[in-house]
Amino acid sequence: MNKNSNAYQILYAAVMVLLVGTVLAFIYMALKPKQNENIANDTRKQILSALHIASPDDSQVKDVYEKYIIQDLLVDTEGNIVDSAKNVAFNVDMKKNVKLAERQLPVMKCKTDDGSIKYVLPVYGAGLWGPIWGYIAVNEDGNTIYGANFSHEGETPGLGARITEQAFQDEFVDKHLFVDGAFKSVAVLKKGQKTTDGAEQIDALTGATITSRGVSDMMADCLAPYEAFLKKLGSGGGSQCTADAIESVNNDNQPE
Amino acid sequence: MLSKKNKEAFFNPLSKDNPVLVQILGICSALAVTASLEPAIVMGISVIAVLAFSNVIISFLRKTVPTNIRIIVQLVVVAALVIIVQQILIAYNYDVSKKLSVFIGLIITNCILMGRLEAFAMHNSPWPSFLDGIGNGLGYTIVLLIVAFFRELLGSGTLFGFHVIPQWCYNHGYMDNGLMILPPMALITVGCIIWVHRSRNKELQEN
Repeated sequence: MNKNSNAYQILYAAVMVLLVGTVLAFIYMALKPKQNENIANDTRKQILSALHIASPDDSQVKDVYEKYIIQDLLVDTEGNIVDSAKNVAFNVDMKKNVKLAERQLPVMKCKTDDGSIKYVLPVYGAGLWGPIWGYIAVNEDGNTIYGANFSHEGETPGLGARITEQAFQDEFVDKHLFVDGAFKSVAVLKKGQKTTDGAEQIDALTGATITSRGVSDMMADCLAPYEAFLKKLGSGGGSQCTADAIESVNNDNQPE
Repeated sequence: MLSKKNKEAFFNPLSKDNPVLVQILGICSALAVTASLEPAIVMGISVIAVLAFSNVIISFLRKTVPTNIRIIVQLVVVAALVIIVQQILIAYNYDVSKKLSVFIGLIITNCILMGRLEAFAMHNSPWPSFLDGIGNGLGYTIVLLIVAFFRELLGSGTLFGFHVIPQWCYNHGYMDNGLMILPPMALITVGCIIWVHRSRNKELQEN
């Protein structure tokens, strides 16, 4: 058969693509459960890291996570709790959670070793090359940041990828989301710049202007809808009132 | 098994015919992943694996591949192997796969691969092609490691993430050179290595 005839070439290409496609599909299916487990464990590690809890081995991550995270919540923009089923916040796909009107607001309620209650709020935004996301742990007052953890998909190593470094994440600790009772988020700005609205700020990363701005925007965009929820936490007895709300939701969910 | 020709296929790319230093291929990824040693090593191993196996596969297929679409066939083989490496990394070494992020995918665009497939695997039988792939992959990895060593040491003061520059140096005013982390210094480091390499191998010098 003539190797350069059109029929041979088309047949060759078709058979090759079919073969390769089958092999890849098979490998993808075979590795998928293991990959999903890795990704879920990685997410748990990120949440634990925002709470300043050192990551254990992969085999124990799930147990440690379930020990500290005492409840998952979904809240609405008025600060009411709409759902509190197990893992309901953990399972929210932030990637599909973009439109403000339809956004679900996941909250993970955690109890640290010293018995204090923290609330972890996931954030999701855009870096330079792809999505960036993170977890912000807030104190019971709904105002002070307890810890933060950021991750990214494809930021430049050594530049934008440095948002995952501890030194950068620790800068957020003890910053306040509210200034004089108004929600301001925390800005990430170049050294020497000042926020115009009085919001607290931290230093941007050198050589990573767009990623730094992405973190700044992500914090503002994703935390703003929580304003009512955080205010409720902050207004004295807030924890009491949410505890009652959780109670009522739990009762609603149980058929008996 | 290891005739003179096979030995050449394996050892030449390590120095005399190094893909990075002499053929100036694969520079782009050599600049990108060498800010620290760990990703450089995983990148090197991944390139060795992809290069060796794509060389073997193309060598097996070489008599059936239609000349007109040979580049497409090579690309499909390389792309498939790269995806396999990427999926395996995500499943079994998630942390490193996160660090390398886009660069594993970019192995597809590494000129060394297409270069070796076109220049060697299309005309040689599988065993020499395999050796050629391993040799070129190793040649690439060696350069990556040298560059990453200097960049991590001078740029972050660490090796494999461990601090090696003692604290008293910092106390006396020594500072990590942030420029070493940035791509321009990677290019200059590669240039310096090529300079040293040429000065030691007179036959490579051009007039």
